[in-house]
Amino acid sequence: MAGIKPKNNSSNRRKFLKLGLMSSVTAVTGASLLANLASEEELKSSGEKIKLLTPDGKIVEVDADNINKYPEAHITPAESRKGIPNRKFVMVIDLARCKNARNCVESCQKAHNLDYHEEFMKIQLIQDNEEASPYWFPKPCFHCDEPPCVTVCPTGATFKRDDGIVLIDNDRCIGCKFCITSCPYSARQFNWGHKDKFDRTDQPYSPETSVPAAEGTVMKCDFCPDLLRQGKLPHCAKACPMGVIYFGDKNEDIVTNGEETVRFSELIKDRAGYRHLEHLGTKPNVYYLPAVNRQFPLERGFDVDEDILERYKDVPEVQDFKNQNKTKS
Amino acid sequence: MDGDIVSRKRELVKEFSPMLGKSSPFSKIWIGFLIVVILVGLVAFVLQVIKGHEITGMRDNVVWGIYIINFIFFVCLSYSGAFISGILHFFKTPWKNSVSRIVEIITVLSLIVGPIFILLCIGRLDRLHYLFIYPRIQSPITWDIIAILTDLIGCFIYLYLTFIPDFAMLRDNSEDAPSWRQKLYKTLAIGYQDTLTQRETLHKITRTMSAMIIVLAIVAYTVLAWIFSLTLQPGWNSTIFAPYFIVAGLYSGVGVIIISMFLIRKYFKLDHYIRKIHFIGAGIVLLVISLLFGYFTFSEYFSRWFSHKIQDTNLLNTLFNKYFWEFILANYIGVLVPIVILFFKKFRTIKSITFAAVIAVLGLWLNRYLIVVPTLETPYLPIQDTRPEFIHYSATWIEWALSFAGIAAFVLFFILIMKLVPIIPMSGIIDYEREQKRHHKPLIQNQKK
Repeated sequence: MAGIKPKNNSSNRRKFLKLGLMSSVTAVTGASLLANLASEEELKSSGEKIKLLTPDGKIVEVDADNINKYPEAHITPAESRKGIPNRKFVMVIDLARCKNARNCVESCQKAHNLDYHEEFMKIQLIQDNEEASPYWFPKPCFHCDEPPCVTVCPTGATFKRDDGIVLIDNDRCIGCKFCITSCPYSARQFNWGHKDKFDRTDQPYSPETSVPAAEGTVMKCDFCPDLLRQGKLPHCAKACPMGVIYFGDKNEDIVTNGEETVRFSELIKDRAGYRHLEHLGTKPNVYYLPAVNRQFPLERGFDVDEDILERYKDVPEVQDFKNQNKTKS
Repeated sequence: MDGDIVSRKRELVKEFSPMLGKSSPFSKIWIGFLIVVILVGLVAFVLQVIKGHEITGMRDNVVWGIYIINFIFFVCLSYSGAFISGILHFFKTPWKNSVSRIVEIITVLSLIVGPIFILLCIGRLDRLHYLFIYPRIQSPITWDIIAILTDLIGCFIYLYLTFIPDFAMLRDNSEDAPSWRQKLYKTLAIGYQDTLTQRETLHKITRTMSAMIIVLAIVAYTVLAWIFSLTLQPGWNSTIFAPYFIVAGLYSGVGVIIISMFLIRKYFKLDHYIRKIHFIGAGIVLLVISLLFGYFTFSEYFSRWFSHKIQDTNLLNTLFNKYFWEFILANYIGVLVPIVILFFKKFRTIKSITFAAVIAVLGLWLNRYLIVVPTLETPYLPIQDTRPEFIHYSATWIEWALSFAGIAAFVLFFILIMKLVPIIPMSGIIDYEREQKRHHKPLIQNQKK
């Protein structure tokens, strides 16, 4: 990842502003985003200002240091506990559009240096009851506002930030696994054995990137705060070809899937957004839009590795599909 | 000091010193066997440290396996030992003397062995000190550490207090013993001379401690139950878990006490100290607790079954299908067989009571297994995975080796402590005889004063 950054620097800058500005609701959001991000650290202003053109045609002037600093900055475990000021990150997953393309899973795995079966984003096939039609259910960490995992951690290795993100500091984690048992969504994974990738030193460890992982510690979806600091979307949202995953800021009431930008509250209201297992009281920050008026038939999702399809063998539709294939061949 | 008592003490030390001294070939072989089991466990431990938890059967869904079950099991032994010993002492139970030391030793030893198993669950033992550097008081694990450490210290003090008079007797009467033994007894007796004031002070402290360890034990075991019941997991999130664990702990605790009584009585030929009345007494306690335990188990599963929330139904499906025989063994055989044996007077022989105790202990271990593993195998979101070890838990030889090493260590420590002090408290016998004298010959008592 380190190698990609310089090349994309200019586009970074644009996207950096995009998240704040694409709303075009308030003219000052772009500037405020910058100001917010900048206020966190002591700035030694170089005095040099750069003029930037925002997508809605406004020109803003910012300090040159600010822009270059963030995409490059390494966020230490201590810094990562603070969160990005004035943000409240939220994800909306549109179940009507998901066809188990698995681009979210794969780009996440690539970015977080995960192995084949290690998935921060899992795609499950859920059938709510016997009559109901099964649907594809992308499941990241829900970054709950009442996170049971954070409550039970004996060392504070996992923590809830002001911007709503729940992270793990694997330098602090003792591997007691209590957080794994207390997460009702099975979002957490344990590094059971040693792997060579843990020893890589090309990238210093940051809880914001979750790389490199460490043996005997817990890991999970982190909402990619390193990208958020750069004003980019998390890997999964960016990679989805169907625009299933919206990501944004609840404070600004904006979410985007990279193609369209909508008001979060309206999206939830109009599409009957809900949170999974609401009755548990964990108050997730991941919302789902029900799988109504689907854009793809369920079977489109069956076009995956045999190994992946095998996961869903308990769902009757998958059984039927497999049987059909057998009789054909 | 009474000359009678001095000579009686000498007599008692003489009677019990063969137990302390030489070991028979059988016991040597037995100790050797235990050491081998422990060594195999150590090898397994080293392997686990080097290769990581990958070599255990634990995976992302079942993140805690038989280690935590052993942990609960041993801590519950300790807790029930403390509870029973405290009650025996506090209420001055008449026939307590013969069993009180067995109970006290079980209490302390299981509290040493138990926490080792929780350490085996921890992925980064090198960071264990983080628990103290970065403590978070909100976490039930922190409560558990505080509760268990306090309990351990309390039990140690209590056990030691009950040993002091015997150490003093051994110090005064073991001229033939090797000098290291004499020195050890001298140090451990901390100048106790069995004077009236010393005796009364010691009795008072022991009595206070006996009440305290009951409380400590209940707190420790409640917190342990909370580690499970405070989570949102369908099989764990239960309001009756703490009292259920308390009853379950007593169940296995009394069971292990009966088994140890049987073995000690048989091996050391202590038939006139550990008598049938002790077994019957303990058997009736076990009967009462088995009824309570059965009641709690039934309430727990019955309410889940009757209200049948979807996650509870899934859990019960797992229990009644995949774990059918385990469920029958743990929650039917493990409860009903002891009840039947202990309920009818004619079945109450030493052997059958011990048999009931064995069934109770095994059933309870399996009951703990059914609380931990099937729950973790049945999370809210279905496990969709193709790796068999991620779907179903089965313990590897590493975990079994360490489990048996834990049991072996428990037994070995037990034997070693029995080599240090007699398993029947000699001071208790003296106290008892003194008490008898006071009642039967009040005149003599007065003259001496």
